[in-house]
Formats: sequence, structure tokens, C-alpha cells
Amino acid sequence: MTNRKLLEEARLWLIGIPVLLWTLIPIYHIFLFSISTKDSAFSGRLWPEHPTLRNFGTVFKQEHFYLHNFWNQIWNSLWIAVAVGAITLAIATGAAFAISRLKVRGGRTVMNAALFTYFIPAAFLAVPMYKAMGNYGLLNSRWSLVLAMVTIASPYAIWVLKQASDKLPWELDEAARIDGATPLQLFRLVYLPLMVPSLVAIFTYALLLAWNEYLYAFLLLSHENTIPLAVGLGHFLASDDSPWEILMATALIYGMPPAAIYYAFRRYMVGGLTAGAVKA
Amino acid sequence: MHTLRAGSAWQTWGAILIAPYVFVFIGFVIYPVSYGLWLARNPESYQTLFEDPVFFPTVVNTIVFLLVAVNLKFVLALFLSGFFVHERRWIRWLSVIFIIPWAVPAIPTIFSIRFMLNPEWGVVNSLIFRLTGLDGPNWLTNPMLAMAMAVVVHIWKALPFWTLILVAGRLAIPRELYEAASVDGASRWQKFKYVTWPSLKTLYLTSTLLSLIWTLGDFNSVYLLTGGQPADKTHVLATLGIRYIRLDQLDHAMATIVVALPFVLPLVYFMMKRLSGDEQKTS
Repeated sequence: MTNRKLLEEARLWLIGIPVLLWTLIPIYHIFLFSISTKDSAFSGRLWPEHPTLRNFGTVFKQEHFYLHNFWNQIWNSLWIAVAVGAITLAIATGAAFAISRLKVRGGRTVMNAALFTYFIPAAFLAVPMYKAMGNYGLLNSRWSLVLAMVTIASPYAIWVLKQASDKLPWELDEAARIDGATPLQLFRLVYLPLMVPSLVAIFTYALLLAWNEYLYAFLLLSHENTIPLAVGLGHFLASDDSPWEILMATALIYGMPPAAIYYAFRRYMVGGLTAGAVKA
Repeated sequence: MHTLRAGSAWQTWGAILIAPYVFVFIGFVIYPVSYGLWLARNPESYQTLFEDPVFFPTVVNTIVFLLVAVNLKFVLALFLSGFFVHERRWIRWLSVIFIIPWAVPAIPTIFSIRFMLNPEWGVVNSLIFRLTGLDGPNWLTNPMLAMAMAVVVHIWKALPFWTLILVAGRLAIPRELYEAASVDGASRWQKFKYVTWPSLKTLYLTSTLLSLIWTLGDFNSVYLLTGGQPADKTHVLATLGIRYIRLDQLDHAMATIVVALPFVLPLVYFMMKRLSGDEQKTS
């Protein structure tokens, strides 16, 4: 019996260790390069002989050709991500409230339209979106990326918020009505406070989606002053002899905030994520 | 519920609150898509598209990429979900680490893998050289290998998400079923076959279909790894459409996407029906 248990434990470790390595190797590789000097980066060691933070200094002081606009790009990334988070949240909260609690006429059609957008691959929508932004005269303005990302983030946001909202008891609405509350009072005093966890999840979702986006960013923005850090990182690939150690340091700086935010709000994310993605 | 629906003030506020999304949908979905379809109305753009020597290899790449990446990913996710449901403290910690690829942006990690695969300085070939004394393969300049690596990148990034979905599905299966199976002396395989799979089947298939649509739109795994190189031999439809935009051939870009629609739209329709079907059940 204990033998069998031991065997079972061994089997689990035999799966767990490869999973751990598979997950962490590409990430450790980034970290390793970012603390290596140019010469030692390729030595193939698991830990550099002289670990250094100089690469980060180079990035922060914008001392490399590819990094002349580093702070500007990180500001653009932040600006765009916060704008997308806030606008998506506002739009989706209103829509979900109207569909779920006010039972607005045509709400079902709007929900279906949103779901349709959710299921269409974003890379496919990118082509007509690019043309439309050109027609609107928004290309190279940060607003083009903000509006595109709001379009992509809203459907899932509305879906998740509507699911959460449907679960609130109807007696609340009825009680509020009998007390003579207006729809806005119901929205502000009853609906919003009860929805806080879902609202946090949706804001985080939209924020991360926008910060992480590459395809739309590089299609819609090419002007040196408007590009976010994601596009700036892509520029490193322009030449074959890119300074990998500096690229990896920049990539680490770029990747840390979303990872930190994700883990900070994981409690909210996982519930919404599983509920919205595929209902069993 | 129906009494609540009446009252024109409520309908008016409903209309006001839903209007912003309706504007976004009209301005950034309806208008672009209709305009794009209008751009792609010309049969000539399809003719020149089909004559582009890059096009058919791209279609083949896309189909192979989809079939291999999605199925391999789901078999792995099904297997690993069985691992992650075990109640051990270290497995819970591992599941927190396991989600990293999905939680971090695509660029840093895909670039990292790209560097690892560099034939001259990359850590993979250095390792191969040190262990065997032989030069490793040109991972990213051989089109077949490069596509295989794109599959690896895609799976590395997307596997955690789908594993978690299947873990949630497995956790919803009543424990008593397994206990009863144990009493009957069922083997591990029999438990999977008679308890797990019947309960998980629908979720597995729906997830596979959804993943099929999204994998079709996976631009990053291919573009950031190979950029379509060498010689535009590693494109998929998603990257090919973007390539035509960069070449300023918008009608070709649209045509590329229209070509995929007969495949995408039925899947989208199926998924929408499934989701609204669920809704009717719950409400």
C-alpha cells in the first residue's frame, strides 16, 4: 500500500518537474540575459560570472539607439492601457446593466453582436480596422489604438458583467422601485456596489489586454512619439546584431508590470475567466 | 419581471446606457467590416491572390498549424488537467507558476524563445554542440522546422489557459462517481473512460472549437518568431493579411481574410448558439 502511494508520488513528480522546466526556461532565459554583460551572455552558463545591472541602467538612461524614446514609449503604453481599461469598464458596465437589469429592448441583439465580435479572431479584424482608422484620420494617434482595443475588450467585458449581473436577486430591483428609485439610483446605489469584484476583474482584463497588445499597436501606430513599448521592442528585430542583453532587460521591464498585476488580481481573474470563456 | 420591463423612464435609461457600446460596434466593427468586404468585392483581387506564389503554401501552413497545434495542445491540456487536480501543496504552487506564460505579454517570451533557437549563439544549439559535438539544426531558417517551432511557441503560451479550463471541468465531476468506480475496482484508464471523459466531453469539444478560431488568429506565435521568413515560407493567413497591408495591397489583405470566412463563420455561429443556449438554460 505504501509502495503504491510512493509510486503515485513519483509519478506526479515525474510530470511536475518537466512542467516546471518547460514553463520557466524561456522566462529564466530572459532574466539571465538581462543580468549578463554582452560578452558573457553567450557563454552558456546557468548563472553569469559577473552578474550586472548595467543593462537596466542603459535602458533607464536611454543610452542605446533603440531606446532613445524608452520613457516616452512606456508612458504611451501606460496611457493607452489605463484609457482602454477605464473606457471599456464604463461602456461595458452600462451595457451590461441595460441588458441584464433594465431589460432594454434589443438588448439580446446587442449581446449577440458583442459575442460575434468576441469570436472573430482579432488578427482578422485588424485588416479592416486599419483601413477604417485611416478613413477616420486617426492613424498614428494613440486614440486609434485605444478605440481598437476598446472594441476588442468590450464584448468579453459585457459578457462577463452580464453573467455576474444576472445572478443578483431581482428583489433588490423591485424593492428599489417600490421605494421610488430612479434607474440611475438603482445603478449607483445597488448595482455598482454589488458588482465591484467583477468590475475590478474587467478593468484589469482590459488594462492587460491593451498593455500586452502588439499587432494592433504596430499596425496603427508607427510615429516615434506615439508608439507604445511593445512596438519599440519590435524595433530591436530590425537588425541581426541586436544587443540581446539590452533587449532582454527592456523586455523584462515591459513584462513585469502585467505579471505583477495579474497575480495581484488573480483572485478576481480566475473566476471571471472560467465563467466567461466556455461554460460547461 | 415583466412589470419591471414596462416604464418608459427605464427603457430610456436602458437605451442611453447601452448606446456607447452600440456606437463602438457600429463605428469599429460594422463600418470597417462592411467597408472591407466592399474593398474585397473585386474577383480580380482573388485571382491575383491565388496567383501569388506565397498564397497556397500559406494555406497549407495554416491548416497544418491549426490541426497540429490545437490537437496537441488539447491532448496535453487534458493530460495535465488530470495532474493538476491532485491535492498537493506543491502542485497548487506549480499551477500558480504554470499560468505565467499566459499572464505575461507575448513579445518578451517569444523573443526569448527566438534567441534560444538562434542557430549560432542560441542556448539550444550550444547545448546540442556541447553534448554531441554536432551542429544543431537551423531551427528558424528551415521552413518546416520553423513552423514546428511556431507550434511549440503557441502551445507554450496557450496551454495553461486551456489546462485550467479543463481542470475546472474535472473539479465539477462529483467525487462519488470516482469513489464508486474505485469500489468496483476500476483501473485508472477505466475511470477516465467511464467517468471523466463522458463528463468532460462537451467542454473538451467546445473548447477545441473555440481554440480553433482563436488559433487561426494567432499572429504573434508566427510573426514574432519567424516574421514569415525565410522567403515568406512560414506565413499563416493571419500574418499574410498583415504582410499585404505592409505592402500596401489592402484588397489582397481583405481577400486573404474573406477566403477564411467560410471556415470561420460556421464555427462562430456554432459558438454563439452554444453560449446563448446555455443562457436559456440558466435563466
